[in-house]
Amino acid sequence: MKKYRDLSKYARTNLKAYGLVIIAFAILFPLQSAGMLSNSLNGQLIPICVYIVLAISLNLTVGISGELSLGHAGFMSVGAFSGVIAAASLQDAVSFEPLRLVFVIITGGIFAGIAGLLIGIPVLRLRGDYLAIVTLAFGEIIKNIINCLYVGIDGSGLHFSVKNTSSLGMSGGRIILNGPQGAVGITKIASFTAGFVLILFTLFIVINLIYSRSGRAITAIRDNRIAAESVGISITKYKLTAFITSAALAGMAGALYAMNFSTIAAKKFDFNTSILILVFVVLGGMGNILGSIIATTVLYILPEMLREIGDYRMLIYAIVLILVMLLTNSSRAKQMAVSLETKIKNILRKNKNGSGEVTDNG
Amino acid sequence: MKKSVRIASLIVSAFMVLTALAGCGKSEGGDSTAIKIGSIGPTTGGNAIYGQAVKNAAEIAVEEINALDSDIKFEFNFQDDESDAEKSVNAYNNLKDWGMQILMGTVTTTPCVAVSTESNADNIFTLTPSASSTDVIGGQPDADGNIAIPRKSNVFQMCFTDPNQGTASADYIKDQNLGTKIAVIYNNGDAYSTGIYQKFDAEAKILGLDIVSVTTFPSDDTKDFTAQLNAAKNAGADLLFLPIYYTPASLILAQANSMKYEPKIFGVDGMDGILTVDNFDTSLAEGVMLLTPFSADAEDEKTQSFVAKYKEKYGDTPNQFAADAYDCIYALYEACKAKGITSDMSAEDICTALTEQFTDPSFVFNGLTGTDITWKDTGEVSKEPKGMVIKNGVYVGM
Amino acid sequence: MTLISNLINGISLGSVYAIIALGYTMVYGIAKMLNFAHGDVIMVGAYISYLSTTALNVPPLLSVLIAMAVCTVLGVVIEGLAYRPLRKASSLAVLITAIGVSYFLQNAALLIWGSAPKSFSSIVPFDSISLFGGDLIITSEAIVTVITCIVIMILLNLFTKKGKMGKAMRAVSEDKDAAQLMGINTNFTISMTFAIGSALAAVAGVLLCSAYPTLTPTIGSMPGIKAFTAAVFGGIGSIPGAMLGGILLGVIEIFATSYISSQLSDAILFAILIIVLLVKPTGLLGKAVKEKV
Repeated sequence: MKKYRDLSKYARTNLKAYGLVIIAFAILFPLQSAGMLSNSLNGQLIPICVYIVLAISLNLTVGISGELSLGHAGFMSVGAFSGVIAAASLQDAVSFEPLRLVFVIITGGIFAGIAGLLIGIPVLRLRGDYLAIVTLAFGEIIKNIINCLYVGIDGSGLHFSVKNTSSLGMSGGRIILNGPQGAVGITKIASFTAGFVLILFTLFIVINLIYSRSGRAITAIRDNRIAAESVGISITKYKLTAFITSAALAGMAGALYAMNFSTIAAKKFDFNTSILILVFVVLGGMGNILGSIIATTVLYILPEMLREIGDYRMLIYAIVLILVMLLTNSSRAKQMAVSLETKIKNILRKNKNGSGEVTDNG
Repeated sequence: MKKSVRIASLIVSAFMVLTALAGCGKSEGGDSTAIKIGSIGPTTGGNAIYGQAVKNAAEIAVEEINALDSDIKFEFNFQDDESDAEKSVNAYNNLKDWGMQILMGTVTTTPCVAVSTESNADNIFTLTPSASSTDVIGGQPDADGNIAIPRKSNVFQMCFTDPNQGTASADYIKDQNLGTKIAVIYNNGDAYSTGIYQKFDAEAKILGLDIVSVTTFPSDDTKDFTAQLNAAKNAGADLLFLPIYYTPASLILAQANSMKYEPKIFGVDGMDGILTVDNFDTSLAEGVMLLTPFSADAEDEKTQSFVAKYKEKYGDTPNQFAADAYDCIYALYEACKAKGITSDMSAEDICTALTEQFTDPSFVFNGLTGTDITWKDTGEVSKEPKGMVIKNGVYVGM
Repeated sequence: MTLISNLINGISLGSVYAIIALGYTMVYGIAKMLNFAHGDVIMVGAYISYLSTTALNVPPLLSVLIAMAVCTVLGVVIEGLAYRPLRKASSLAVLITAIGVSYFLQNAALLIWGSAPKSFSSIVPFDSISLFGGDLIITSEAIVTVITCIVIMILLNLFTKKGKMGKAMRAVSEDKDAAQLMGINTNFTISMTFAIGSALAAVAGVLLCSAYPTLTPTIGSMPGIKAFTAAVFGGIGSIPGAMLGGILLGVIEIFATSYISSQLSDAILFAILIIVLLVKPTGLLGKAVKEKV
């Protein structure tokens, strides 16, 4: 215990986040291989991994860099659909599925990163709520554009169109992306292991970024932009670094997400999905990576657990969300929680000291 | 910050334990001789109306069947998916844990494409009341002859496929000579609407129908259609084809009326339900034509008894989603009876038997949405759409 | 003629956005929070008005007053229960709570009133105006909405500029702590802001459903987002800005649908918004706040 306290903050954060993820995987993976998990939990593993990556990457933008983004699902969408196209193109060339998945995820990351660059340059001039609305707007624009994109593949390669499938001019090929009907017939190649590795990769990138020179510059800009600027920190450069990294990671998560379902449609990646990810981040704590991981897992499983109560499910979910926000953020509730905790501790201590008496009485 | 996370997880886990406990007490009660039918659809969110209709009607059908003097008993479990593929797969896995033997669903198209792929891999017999895209059943070539998804041999539909409706609508318009200049308004954010439009467009070209204006809207939340209607009006369209659901359609009718634009209006089965909207001014829908397999005003005893029961229990008039779901349960009942299916059979065995039964040409089903209904090997249903026209607030056969 | 007709349609759609945006901007300007539940208060207002006319046979105008009363109470209750405890918390925490409230209202409405759409009868008693032999039609709802919107905008402006309460609101908006030191009851002032904002939401709900008569538990969400966009477009916190932003948004939406692409109308709308914000980062009529160093 003492040794753990001696570690630097950096190492402790590292240890906790990696430790939690690795332990969770070490427990769940053998259970999954042995078929001992319920179907319900088994099916949720990959989406949970995806949302954890999304939450950590959004935390980089919102928590670490201090920019409120309401369009994170847009990057996820870019990653997902570029991933789907990559997967279809590589179907025959790379027959080994895990390798193909790696290519797909990298493609998703690259395209989402490019989208992040294109959007980041103009957008990061704005601040606060104006930045929020512009990221929201970009998210909607991406959704709208993908909604009228048609992509097909045949012997001569990829075909694109913004009109309809017949203007693709294909001969005996396969439609990959069919406008609003989305991508259908995706070969599912996502795996829990891939999700686990992607989380580790995300942690590695984000934690290293936070504790690097760039990371200190980013938090300095967040805490006092003017002071940071006056000591010669390039605002645009560091903000953009964080934004692009965040976008690329979201794109990788999106690509993995797409590979877990046989169909995806652009409609899925809307404002509500962006908000959902933001809820994970805020509940886990701004800038708190470990918090993001826990909050995502708990909040993802919660609605599934609530299925038992049927019609009232989403109502209860809303109430829980409000209560949790109130209890964790209201100063009065915090005081109450602290006093409750000390009381319980006191009782426990008393019991420990005089445990003999208690059992005698009972 | 750390404290807050701890508090949050404490509260949430407390809730989880509570619900888990609540669940333990509740899940008993089904008897072991009943065949477990699972169903999935949206009962919350923007598409809740469709899931609710399916759920309600299926519950009525299951109740009726269980009251019959027969060996076949059903146990029914409906799960919400908010019309989202991801949540639909979660709901499907939840139903598998419950012990589902047959899947009646899912209600909406995109989730159904995802779930039917899962049920195909697991070999669970799937009959969807209303997911109409050909991607649901698979194995259908698109307009250019390309096949994106191979046939999922365990999946069948109770509703018409989208292309089927598109073609039928174009043929009907041509045969009855309903219009010379046609305008189309469709929802390009929706697979159902786009699917019908694409096939309609292709068929119209073959038949030489003159489509003068095509406009779209992005989602069923859209409120204003004046721009789309103006485009149609300026193009001189005398027939407006609306391959959309009745919620936006009711807005289009109201806005066309206030613009004093009065084309003939032709709809598809999604239009059914427009007369049942509470407080709707039915005079707006006067003369609207639609192809639908079901009408709540039909005179036959079956329909009337179903509509009466539905109204009594849920206070609404059932729409075509409800009718399709009711038929699904009865079709499953008849197929189970014919094959002597018992509740102790595995889902795989049931799937094999039911697939055999549904593809058997001698399996003919009579329901609310048609008589002499049969299924093809492709999973498509074969039944006659009825051309209806609204006169004085009720459907009249055309 | 088509151009004028589209312009009029755009203005009538825009006036609905504007009236919702006024509520948004009012709450934002004073309480400094994005009340994402505003769109759902609109939905509640519309349902109350609908139910009081159909089930209780109340005359339309009275039903609007009932809806306003119910929404005012609802707004104050929401503020007291969900937002007041978070007065000192980060603005993001309040944002997420507002989203929770929005989910809550939508799902409660779904359970109480069901998912089946209701057809709302317009509360406007007179007919549309037809000009140039029917080539140009101005709906009565559009006229009423535009007039109501202007009246509300002027009243709100007067109220915040002249009245004692309004002055208190502006003081709270400038500096909450200083206002408190000057003897202003900030909690009461913010409650009042929510009361007014929610009463406006009820009016907006009734007008929205009069113009677009389909009523479902989710009708508030999309116009809510559009109105939020409109409020930012015009400069959030600015009352005339909300009106201008709303009208422009409606006109752009209709023009984009008619002249460019109905598939991409939303994309075009948001693209214009982005361009405007890049040129003028605080919106059309927003005040640039000098930063203290």
